[in-house]
Amino acid sequence: MARGRRALVLGVGGLALALVPPLAAALNQPFYVDLFRRMMIFALAAASLDLILGYGGMVSFGHAAYLGIGAYAVGIPAFHGVDNGFVQWGLAIVASGLAALVIGAISIRTSGVYFIMITLAFAQMLYYLGISLETYGGDNGMRLARRSLFGPVDLTNPAVFYYVVLVILVLCLVVGGHVVDSRFGMVIRAARSNEPRARAIGFSPFRYKLAAFTIAGSMGGLAGALLANQTEYLTPDFMHWTRSGEIMFMVILGGMGTLIGPVVGAIVLLLLEDVLSALTAHWQIVLGPILITVVLFARRGLHGLLAGARPRDG
Amino acid sequence: MNAALVLEQTLNGLQYGVMLFLMAAGLTLVFGIMNLVNLAHGSLYMVGAYLATAFAHWTGSFFLGAVLALPATLLVGVGVEVIALRTLYERDHLDQVLATFGLILFFNELIAILWGRAAIYTSVPPLLGGHLRVLPGVPYPTYRAAIIVVGVAVAILLWVLVTRTRLGMLIRAGASNRTMVGALGVNIRLLDTLVFGLGAALAGLAGLIAGPIYSVQPGMGEEILIQVFVVIVIGGIGSIRGAVVGAVVVGMVDTLGRAFLKPVLSTVVSAPAADKAGPALASMLIYLLMAAVLFFRPEGLFPARGRS
Repeated sequence: MARGRRALVLGVGGLALALVPPLAAALNQPFYVDLFRRMMIFALAAASLDLILGYGGMVSFGHAAYLGIGAYAVGIPAFHGVDNGFVQWGLAIVASGLAALVIGAISIRTSGVYFIMITLAFAQMLYYLGISLETYGGDNGMRLARRSLFGPVDLTNPAVFYYVVLVILVLCLVVGGHVVDSRFGMVIRAARSNEPRARAIGFSPFRYKLAAFTIAGSMGGLAGALLANQTEYLTPDFMHWTRSGEIMFMVILGGMGTLIGPVVGAIVLLLLEDVLSALTAHWQIVLGPILITVVLFARRGLHGLLAGARPRDG
Repeated sequence: MNAALVLEQTLNGLQYGVMLFLMAAGLTLVFGIMNLVNLAHGSLYMVGAYLATAFAHWTGSFFLGAVLALPATLLVGVGVEVIALRTLYERDHLDQVLATFGLILFFNELIAILWGRAAIYTSVPPLLGGHLRVLPGVPYPTYRAAIIVVGVAVAILLWVLVTRTRLGMLIRAGASNRTMVGALGVNIRLLDTLVFGLGAALAGLAGLIAGPIYSVQPGMGEEILIQVFVVIVIGGIGSIRGAVVGAVVVGMVDTLGRAFLKPVLSTVVSAPAADKAGPALASMLIYLLMAAVLFFRPEGLFPARGRS
């Protein structure tokens, strides 16, 4: 997507999202602040996956692992009385980045189905690790005693927390946009469209792909730290493989390789879940076929349908 | 830790490996020929288990239930192939993963609507209810022994089918060059449906066997599915031989790890530490194994020939 268009969409979308808390207050529906904050957190996770999935062609089926690491990076210090948000969120970013570095260093050697499966395997390992952490609740997880502390910025105020998440999301999208448009991003995209050719003109795609994988992991970890604050509890289920599948679906639903698309995908999917689950307890029986239909018939996602733009960079 | 216990757990590992093989064979054949990553394979396992349980209650006989459930699961598999999966063969793996993920949601919810979310139970048929003496003083449940026998028989039948029959020849040809087989006048669509149905029936067989010893509930397919993926990735995707080796290795490592990792660890570190680390490490063991195999052999132990 052209840089100008992306800035425009970001500006308009950001403004629209910024209007949610006052509107919800006016309509006396505080629930929507909570719902939209949740959407933005998943939007961040989906956008981070899009960096490697859409731009890098790396089909990671274990992205929920970073969500889990980020959440535990908030929960474990909080359990031991460390409530400082800078420490917790910083730890989330660093720990998930390191995990992604290790996972990526092994996974990127493989390709195709093997890549899908090995990323899934690593996420499963971390999932079982979470279950085994008896001190931190085992497979029941644990409650977060209090949200992260950021001095005067009070996250227990729903609107304040909402704007913090919004600012982080917009910042990450801006940074992500610069990354994909940079020389670094060009190499990543070149490696996706033709790796031998990228190698032939003198690049070593492995290091670039690994760096992208690590950045995506860090962003995913940050989303996890936000999610733990959002739900005020954490369980190994944050890392369940169905969660990875959901994040992947958000990317595809919105349109991969667009950064904005995954945000739309996250919002639409969570809205859909909200509406369907209000109608019937068996909402997944509707969601499943919708998912299949989107994959079969709307390959470029909502972004492709709405914008009519080519999702693949030329 | 005595020899009898080790023998028993080794047999359990073999039995679990056999179950994994029944699942892996279908999955790897489907991948080999149609190049399809089918996450919904676990759903067919679940469907097999539920249908067998339902038919067994209806007819009052486990064996009659099994005989009815097998073709029924095959039909479900063929239906899924014709309606949803056929168009996915030409798509990339990402689309396949997502669409079959959608199928999983659909099937789990459908089963929950029809039978509820709680686990249902079937009993071991009386004929296989007792124990065998494997060695003097080492009893082993007849039912589990029967699973091993069935699994080995299926493996031999599959081997004969793939290497000695015309259908098997077409399957092998389809795996190495689909287009060429089609050009030679073989109805490749029919072949696809047949192979998928065969895989579905094998998954159903695994499911109906699993009924009496594991819990039958929505989502049961995914627990085993991920381990089956570990099996075929370790063995090399598309290779039946790889599926056999991978299944036995994963079955053994998982079962023996769960049984003996804790006592072995406690000889090295303190008992409380082993108590904590043992179960966690045991659940992670097969994934560690898979990561290690892929690190040294990125295409698995027996890469399928004939594809680039």
